[in-house]
Amino acid sequence: MTGAAAREADIAAIRDALGRFGRLSVSAGSVAPETDLYGVGFTSHAAVNVMLALEDAFDIEFPDELLTRATFGSIAALADAVSRTRAAA
Amino acid sequence: MSDRFAARAAAVAEVAAAHAAEVDRDAREPAEAVVALREHGLLGASVPAALGGEGASLRELSGIATALGAACASTGMVFAMHHGQAMTLWRHGGEGAGVRALIERVRDEGALLASSTTERGIGGDARRSSCALERPAPGRVRVVKDSPVVSYAGSADVILITARRDADAAESDQRLLACPIGEILLEPRSEWDTLGLRGTVSRGYLLEAETSESNLLADDYAAISSQTALPVSHVLWASVWLGIAVSAADTARSAVRAQLRGAAAAGPTPSPAALRLAELYAALQAFADAVRHAAERFDALADDRDALGGVSFALAMNAVKVSSADAVVDIVTRALRIVGIAGYRLDSEQSLGRQLRDAHGAAIQISNDRLLANNAALVAMARPEL
Repeated sequence: MTGAAAREADIAAIRDALGRFGRLSVSAGSVAPETDLYGVGFTSHAAVNVMLALEDAFDIEFPDELLTRATFGSIAALADAVSRTRAAA
Repeated sequence: MSDRFAARAAAVAEVAAAHAAEVDRDAREPAEAVVALREHGLLGASVPAALGGEGASLRELSGIATALGAACASTGMVFAMHHGQAMTLWRHGGEGAGVRALIERVRDEGALLASSTTERGIGGDARRSSCALERPAPGRVRVVKDSPVVSYAGSADVILITARRDADAAESDQRLLACPIGEILLEPRSEWDTLGLRGTVSRGYLLEAETSESNLLADDYAAISSQTALPVSHVLWASVWLGIAVSAADTARSAVRAQLRGAAAAGPTPSPAALRLAELYAALQAFADAVRHAAERFDALADDRDALGGVSFALAMNAVKVSSADAVVDIVTRALRIVGIAGYRLDSEQSLGRQLRDAHGAAIQISNDRLLANNAALVAMARPEL
């Protein structure tokens, strides 16, 4: 898989987790990578379940320094966090 | 922790963690971590700015001790005991050439300070001695002491030894002699094969020390103990035990996260393990707040010798030690229940065996009962200042 294709796959998995646990006010499939998730109904409580779902889906454990509000602020930021965590493993 | 020490503490903690299992298994001194402490300037960190050092506050040392304790409790205890002695050097040492030279060695070389306080036949009370200083020649002092516990003597550059002022002095009329290791004959009298804190290698020795009179600290040990050695030691030990608790809590949190993964679909009801972790964190927060507050209390009073020598301060410094020694066992035990069998196993990544064994050292290596007995004698005289 190319880098771009791998990122697309990550984003698809992130959209899936957001769709199931994000309690967004819009469909996760319609949210652009750079859209502010907190602006479309995302909360820190929902973020916990999204985090757990992503750790499960990718078989990773986010380091504490990435567990910030900014990491969960957009699909792109989440994709960055996933790839950074994977690279550090 | 303040930024100026955080990165260095983390670097040393990484070295300490890498050797922690071996240090524990072999009951050997954490030599690699001691080298790292020295290289990063953390053994000299508390030397005051006026003497050319960084002047770390007790609050800052507390943060470093917790970071080290989470990685390797024995390394944390070496750091804590060293600074308990180091602070006495510049706060009570006076202007003697020998003491001044030792302070420079701590600052410039990271000389490691150990101590010989308790004595065989005295029973764990550092505030009484039977050995006495002798004057074998003008300008020289000598002491022979049967010491049941000298921690990390194998790594130490200097041992600070309590003794009676002279052969006619009362048991409690003590002085503190800072003797370079090269001027001490050390005859091992007992081994150190314990349940926990194995890397402190707290063996018994017969010490025979002879050195320059200028290595005697200026103040008497009663003042040194109440104003510096006891409060600094208690706060820093408690900070190390807090580190043990933090590391067990981290393991429990990781276990809870692993358990919750995939179960996220179960919805908003928290799992029993997550509830227990939330309870554990409440206890851990109270523990941390008590330790840091005690450190800040010392820093606020650091130059007020009357307040430091007062009864309510003594009560508080004994209390933080006693309650921390209980708290660390409580928190590691809670963490073990949360982690379950993986924590109970000795061969798993989540094993809490070392933390549990180290935690029990807190109330036993320095007896909670003796400190409570001290406080029992004081409570009638003063109520605690809260």
